Amino acid sequence: MQAFIDQLIQDGAFAGVPKEVVYAIAMVLTALIVLSVFVAPLAGVTSWLERRVWARMQSRVGPNRVGPQGVLQWLADGIKNLLKEDLIPAAADAKLFSLAPYVVFMGFLCTFVVIPFGSSLIVADLNIGILYILAVTSLVVVGILMAGWASNNKWSLLGGMRSAAQIVSYEIPAGLALLNVVFIAGTMSMQGIIKAQGWAPWDWFLFNNPFIFAAFFLYFTAALAEGNRTPFDIPEAESELVAGYVTEYSGMRFLFFFFAEWGNLYVIGAVATTLFLGGWQVPPLPMFEDNPVLLGIAEFVTFFVKAYMWVFVAMWVRATLPRVRVDQLMALCWKYMVPLSFICLLGTIGFMFVPENLHRVISAATLGFAVAVMVVFLVRVVFQIRNAKPELYLKPHI
Amino acid sequence: MNDTAPASAGFYTEDMTISVGPQHPSTHGVLRFVVKTDGEVISEAIPDVGYLHRSIEKIGEKVTYHGYVPYTDRADYLAAMFANQAFCLAAERLAGTEVTRRGEFCRVIACELNRIASHLISVGTFGQDIGAMTPFVHALRERETINNLMEEICGARLTYNYIRIGGVGYDILPETCSRIAAFLDHFEPIVDEFNRLLSGNKIFIERLAGVAVVSKEDAFSYNLVGPNLRGSGVKWDIRRDIPYSIYPELEFEVPIGTAHVGVLGDSFDRYWVRIREMQESCKIVRQCLSMMPNGPAIAKVPRKFRPPAGECYARVEAPRGDMGFYVVSDGSEYPYRVRIRTGSYTAMSIIDKLSKGIMVADLIALIGSLDVDAPEIDR
Repeated sequence: MQAFIDQLIQDGAFAGVPKEVVYAIAMVLTALIVLSVFVAPLAGVTSWLERRVWARMQSRVGPNRVGPQGVLQWLADGIKNLLKEDLIPAAADAKLFSLAPYVVFMGFLCTFVVIPFGSSLIVADLNIGILYILAVTSLVVVGILMAGWASNNKWSLLGGMRSAAQIVSYEIPAGLALLNVVFIAGTMSMQGIIKAQGWAPWDWFLFNNPFIFAAFFLYFTAALAEGNRTPFDIPEAESELVAGYVTEYSGMRFLFFFFAEWGNLYVIGAVATTLFLGGWQVPPLPMFEDNPVLLGIAEFVTFFVKAYMWVFVAMWVRATLPRVRVDQLMALCWKYMVPLSFICLLGTIGFMFVPENLHRVISAATLGFAVAVMVVFLVRVVFQIRNAKPELYLKPHI
Repeated sequence: MNDTAPASAGFYTEDMTISVGPQHPSTHGVLRFVVKTDGEVISEAIPDVGYLHRSIEKIGEKVTYHGYVPYTDRADYLAAMFANQAFCLAAERLAGTEVTRRGEFCRVIACELNRIASHLISVGTFGQDIGAMTPFVHALRERETINNLMEEICGARLTYNYIRIGGVGYDILPETCSRIAAFLDHFEPIVDEFNRLLSGNKIFIERLAGVAVVSKEDAFSYNLVGPNLRGSGVKWDIRRDIPYSIYPELEFEVPIGTAHVGVLGDSFDRYWVRIREMQESCKIVRQCLSMMPNGPAIAKVPRKFRPPAGECYARVEAPRGDMGFYVVSDGSEYPYRVRIRTGSYTAMSIIDKLSKGIMVADLIALIGSLDVDAPEIDR
């Protein structure tokens, strides 16, 4: 991108305009393009998908009217919300109230800078990639607190306070779990971490040692909590706090919060994929060698599928589990997840001193364990499907 | 809780007063609680009732006995059949009317189906209050089938006006009987599935076990009835202890709280009693279907129904507990007084006591576990 702008400047396309202005305009334009072409459809389609998956699990139909199978539902919802009145309560702190959704949105959007969709598809391969992600996602809590406080509503305030406690607490186990990978890979750069892994599952960091395997699930749980997802959705628990910090919002500002939530789902999956599941690595097939475009597409699809798998898992979790109570949530974090993350971290550090041969055996055993778990799970699923009586669920009597 | 700290500190803390309701997602209708909290911990929750008052008792003095039956539907629209039956029982006892035998069976079948439907709503919305969305939709899906059956039995899906003085409005046809049996075959496995999905869930149990415990003594002194009383371990069921209709001929158990995950009388026990009552209701309906005699569904009752002067209090076991109709007759076509006693109204009074020191999320669980129902509170 920068090279392209430099080329244009050299060709004299912007004669008389200072270089910095050109760069600034180019950056804004790039951000707009990324936002409208990639992030918006991603969050939108995720919202549609979640509603459909959820509906199927609840033996409902879900949105299926706008576009084939309802895929354009998110667009209709977006237009509807844009046309709605942007209501600011009279008692609210108007400036903070209007600003809050954008802070939340920015916290989520900035993570896209370092997410590697392919070997060449990354906005900026920062050498502090993971640290950057942990840092910018913390911006979300500022926005949520702002929304909770500025709404001047007691429910919003309670939601905002809950959210602040929750997100700040859960960043600790999430960060510690991610640190495992940093130790093994020796770098914080997202591309560096992916390149330290291979395309095959046995090269992934997930199966590097049992402690990382545990750390992955710690990370996923903590990320669900950070993203306000069920079973940790207490900041917007609609049965308790009406709608938590979004109670007073309407129209597009309301939508921005959910935009960030659904987009954040994908970010959770993408970070998990990058750090634990080998990222965009594809097998070195001969057809990729002289065809960089095909390679790029294959990498993108690999990454996308892996990341979306975890988005699906988050949806299933949401459809299945009830919500924990706020004190149980804190107890879970500080009594169990933080100590466990420390144990995982120490274990991983210990593994760095294990001889190569023994390490291979333990990796293979971890992979074997994971495969066994998957097989048991699949057998259960097949068993359930065989024994399911669809006529019970799909065609109610009479 | 500290209203004022020492003045020398220069600042003080005070409780936050929140109005939970009348429009709130988990007050199930228009209920209001004035809640004082210290952060998340409740120091006081005062119920405020009356948002759904429709003068159903007063209307009873203005319409005839026959004409009042549709109004009783509205006393508790989730379990309309029971209010029908309680009022009809009172009127029949006043006048000495005999109900036909087939009519009694029709009544019991309709009532028990209605009990299943009402408990489905109760446990489903309870799951939703705890944050589980899927069980709610599954419960409503099953309730929809019951609504279809009810429509087939009496032409209405919610406010039935089915039970009349002397019997029932319409006979249950043989093909409807077979459909009801088919529904029960379908429904019993669904209860097990529901238990796997929700009742056995670790988070669900953690949220409810040991929360808002009602001791036996409290249950008596606050006059809890129905599943709330049985959840505290008291084996009391009007159907068994003050029998009416054909219940003495039927075999069924009265489930009580088991405390198998927490303390006797906690929120989970009240929930668990409802789940098992649905299974018992299935048994009752099956027995009725097999024992159903032939004959007229309704006795000959004069159009101008004039019970002799007197008074009568009739009670039935509704899904929300003991429902009673107190009817005073002065010998005319119109009841002189009608008063209704419902379970939810007394259940509201214990919320103030139980809510001290629990968290906001627990208050929602408590309201859900008591299964209070706004129309029934206010009438």
